[in-house]
This record gives sequence, structure tokens and C-alpha cells, in this order.
Amino acid sequence: MPEERPARSARGLWNGSISFGLVNVPVSLFPAYRQVSTGLRMLAPEGTPLERRYWCPRHEREVAYDELVRGYELDDGSFVVLTDEELEGLEPRKSRDIDLRRFVPIDALDPFTFDRAYILAPAGDSTKPYRLLADAMEESGTAGIATFVMRTREYLVAILARGGILRAETLRFHDEIRTPADVDLGERPDADRRSVEAMKEAVARASRDAIVRSELQDEHARRLEALARGKRRAGEGVIEVDEAVGEDAADGQVIDLMAALKQSLRAQPKRASPDASDTGSSAKELASRTKAELYEEARRRDVPGRSSMSKAELVRALSGRRAP
Amino acid sequence: MARAIWKGVIRFGEAVVPAKLYSAVTDRRIHFRLLHGDDLVPVEQRLVHPRTGVVVPRSAVRRGYRLDAGTLVMLGDDELATLEPESSRIIDVKRFVDPSRIDHRWYDRPYWLGPDGDEEAYGALSSALEDAGREGVARWVMRRRTYVGALRAERGRLALITLRSADEVVADAELEAPEGRALSAQELSMARQLIAALAGEWDPAEWHDEHRERVLELIEAKRAGRTIRLEDYRSEPTGEEALREALAKSLEAARNGQAVA
Repeated sequence: MPEERPARSARGLWNGSISFGLVNVPVSLFPAYRQVSTGLRMLAPEGTPLERRYWCPRHEREVAYDELVRGYELDDGSFVVLTDEELEGLEPRKSRDIDLRRFVPIDALDPFTFDRAYILAPAGDSTKPYRLLADAMEESGTAGIATFVMRTREYLVAILARGGILRAETLRFHDEIRTPADVDLGERPDADRRSVEAMKEAVARASRDAIVRSELQDEHARRLEALARGKRRAGEGVIEVDEAVGEDAADGQVIDLMAALKQSLRAQPKRASPDASDTGSSAKELASRTKAELYEEARRRDVPGRSSMSKAELVRALSGRRAP
Repeated sequence: MARAIWKGVIRFGEAVVPAKLYSAVTDRRIHFRLLHGDDLVPVEQRLVHPRTGVVVPRSAVRRGYRLDAGTLVMLGDDELATLEPESSRIIDVKRFVDPSRIDHRWYDRPYWLGPDGDEEAYGALSSALEDAGREGVARWVMRRRTYVGALRAERGRLALITLRSADEVVADAELEAPEGRALSAQELSMARQLIAALAGEWDPAEWHDEHRERVLELIEAKRAGRTIRLEDYRSEPTGEEALREALAKSLEAARNGQAVA
């Protein structure tokens, strides 16, 4: 297996294959959500953005990220150290692909089960297997179900097709969802026929044909932005920071992953071969990614404090090593 | 005994339904700690001034909102406090819609609702939503945060599923499907037949997180000082020419009830 990695143009968060019978469809996985950050950074009292660093209480010194390891705590308080290589090496061959062995009616999936949504783009030399699968699935009204391993976690996933585009929606495992009995919820209390009818009328009066998007907006985020804009207009508390050194990702870059997705859907990536064991990244390669991509990776690796990290901090936290 | 995490009152029009909120999900992931490799001691996180290297205590940390590239606006705790929503117990249902209007990509975290005193109202609302096939869009403030959620009848009870914000979910219209040469009718037909051959019921209990089990075995093996075998694997994409043959073989295997691939 050649060590050289394909050019990292328009690659998603994960690159692998959907297997459909003996057909392998190489795909690149992108989030279906934009990163919505609170926009709040931690600052020193005079306004300099702070960095998050690790400290060893025994050595009483700062510890660089590449000196960290990942440990599982045993009952006696000692730790077993695990590496990414070990965790990934545990996987039986098939679990690294999204192996569609079962197709179920989309309507049968219970709303409690949906976790996060992703969009899949074709990644091979040809879009044909991708389009074939999308077309056939969409017509059938079914979702393909599979489990697969991304980085160090196994995901239950539903693959759906809509408008010629394949989506992956991660699902919660059965034992991650509580039943009414698990929370000691009794059977539905009996209600008088008349109160049910009265309630139905009240529901009908409050019913509308469609949803209004403004009702789904994050009001707090909007008020926060308005407050910051007002202060800038008044010239209060404005701090200029040098982002040329890559300390921060521009907001514009947040949509870069979207741009990459659109490019992947449009073009046929020439050398984007599937790379199921896509781990261990150089700082240089990481720096070429957007902050949104880095954040998504940090989230997957459970990097603590990631939500308030700058791009440079994310690169440092993820670079030169596999996850501890 | 599961504890309610919050109590609220569902309201719309004249209707008032007091309810208790319970988390409907449970975390089964294996959690790790970050350790210093030299002594396997869990590390602490500190906020450090990038130029001076001095640790800044949490109490001295200020907040900055990033408006544009290169521009932060410092916000005081008192200013941030003015943005906090007023605390309230009301789960305010804005409207009821056909459940198909709420895309499942918006669903975030599910909660069970249980009756809180007025059993009659709770029973009536869950029956009414079930009979009418309606789902509510509600807003409420919980723990100083505003939430938007879908109120629905689920297994004869009421449930609330928090929804992601409209700005967050990528809309279908933003994306264009991949294009290419027309698909062959024969291949499409084989693909459809293969889907039909693999069609089945959705039974969530059939699917397990086997990776979790294997990680726990690995931990046990390492604790006991045993070695473990690691694998490497990549699959080969199917080329255009091989597509038909792969479909035909898969279809045959599926029809014969064999495991495909």
C-alpha cells in the first residue's frame, strides 16, 4: 500500500465505501450542519485571546499535546493506555465499510433514534455506482441500515437518498434510548372522552399548514451578535487580533466544508481514493483544513475544551500524533 | 428511579398541561482521560497567556465575541447576563403541524414528558395528538437557555425533541446532485431488485455496538498483559465495467439467501 496520500481537495470528514452487495461505492462524508459557534472566546483581562494548555499536577509543569496519552480508568484508579492504532486495529474488515445488508421503510425509523445528519458525495473515478444506488433507493422509499466504524467509534447509520443525493444519518443504538418504563413513566392516564375532544379542538385551532423558519431560529445567538455589533458601533471594547498567523479561522472559512461538499457533488475527484484508515495528520495538512473540519474532528476524538479553541489551538491539539 | 430534570407547563390557546421532563437518552460511550505519558497522571487544563506564558485564573477571564476576521468585541459578564432569557416554566406551543413538516435532520435530543399533577390533561393531550396526527413546535427556557422543540405523542406518552436551529441545517436546495452519463435500465432494475431482496423490518434491538465490546475486551487484555492482533484493510471501488457483474452476483446470492459479499 503506497504511503502517499491523495491530494486533499474536497475530502470530507471520513472517506470510505458503501458496500451494496458486491458493489463498492466510494464516498466522502460531510456534515449536514453548519458549525454554529457561540462566537465567544476566552480573553485575558486586557483582551488577548488565551490558549488552553495541559498541566501535569505531579510534574508541576506544562505538558505538550504529544506527551499525552489516552487512558481508561479502572476501578482501582489506575489507567490502561490505548492508542488509536490499537482501537482501529480491532476492527474486523467489514466494519470499515458502510455495508448495507438491510433496507427498511424510512417511516419505520423512530424520531428518537436520529442523532446527526451527514451528506455523502461520490469519491471514486466514476459517479455511476453512486447515482445508481441513489436512484434505486429513492424510488424504493427505504433506508439502508448498517453499522460502521469512523475513527474510534462504531456508528449505526441509515443511508437515505433524496433528490439524487445520498445522506447518512447516524442513529442511536437501541440501548442508548430510554423507554417510558426506564424513566418510570406509567401507562397513559385515562382521559374523559369530552376532554380529549376539547383538546383536539384546541390543537386544531393552533394548527397551521407549515412551519415558520423564524420560529426555529436561535434567538440567543442573534441577540449576542446584535450586542457585539452595537458595542462596535459605539467603539467600546473593540480588540484587533492578528489572524494572519492562523490564530483564528475566518468566519468565511466555516462554509469551506460546504464549498468542498458542493465541489465533490459536482466534479469527479480524480485521485480521491477511499482511505478508510485516514488518521494521523501533519500539522501542515491540518492547517490546510477549515476550522469547521478541525472542530468536527476534535469532537470525534473527544478533545477536551475544543469548543473554545482557536484554529491554531485545534491544529496543535490534533497534529503530529494520533488521538491519545 | 429516574428523576425528572425539569418541570414545565405546556400551553397553547386555553390548554394548560403540567409536565415533568425526563432525558430519553443515556450515554453508553466509553470515556477516556487524557494522561501525561510519563507518569499516567490525569492532566489539568489551564488558560495561558500566549505571549507571557502566565496562567490566567478563571475568575479573571473575559469573553470576546468574534465579529469579523481580526475583530473581537469584549463583553462583560453584566452585559452577557442581560441576554439571558427570563426564566419561565411555560412550554409555549407556537403551532401544530403535520409531522412530515418537521425534517428528522432537525431532531436533536429527545425527552419524555410525564404528567405533573393533572393526569387528565396529560392523557387528553397525548390522545388528541395521536388521533389528530399532529406535532407541535414549542419554545421554552430551561436552565437559562432557550430551546425549540417538537412536541409529539410517542408510544402513548408525550415527548419533546429539541430541534436544531434553522440556520444550522443545510437546505436541500443548496445542493446539486452528481451528474453523469445516463444509467442503464438493466443495471437500475438489478439495483432495485437487490434492494427488494434485502428489504426487511426495522428492529433496533438487532443492531449492537460491537466496537464497544471489543474495546472493553482490549482493555481487559492489556490489563492482563496479553497481546492483541491488529488488522489493516481497504476495499476496492467497483469500476463502471464491473458494475453489472457485481450486481448480478449480489442479486443471485441475495435470492439464494446467502450472505452477500
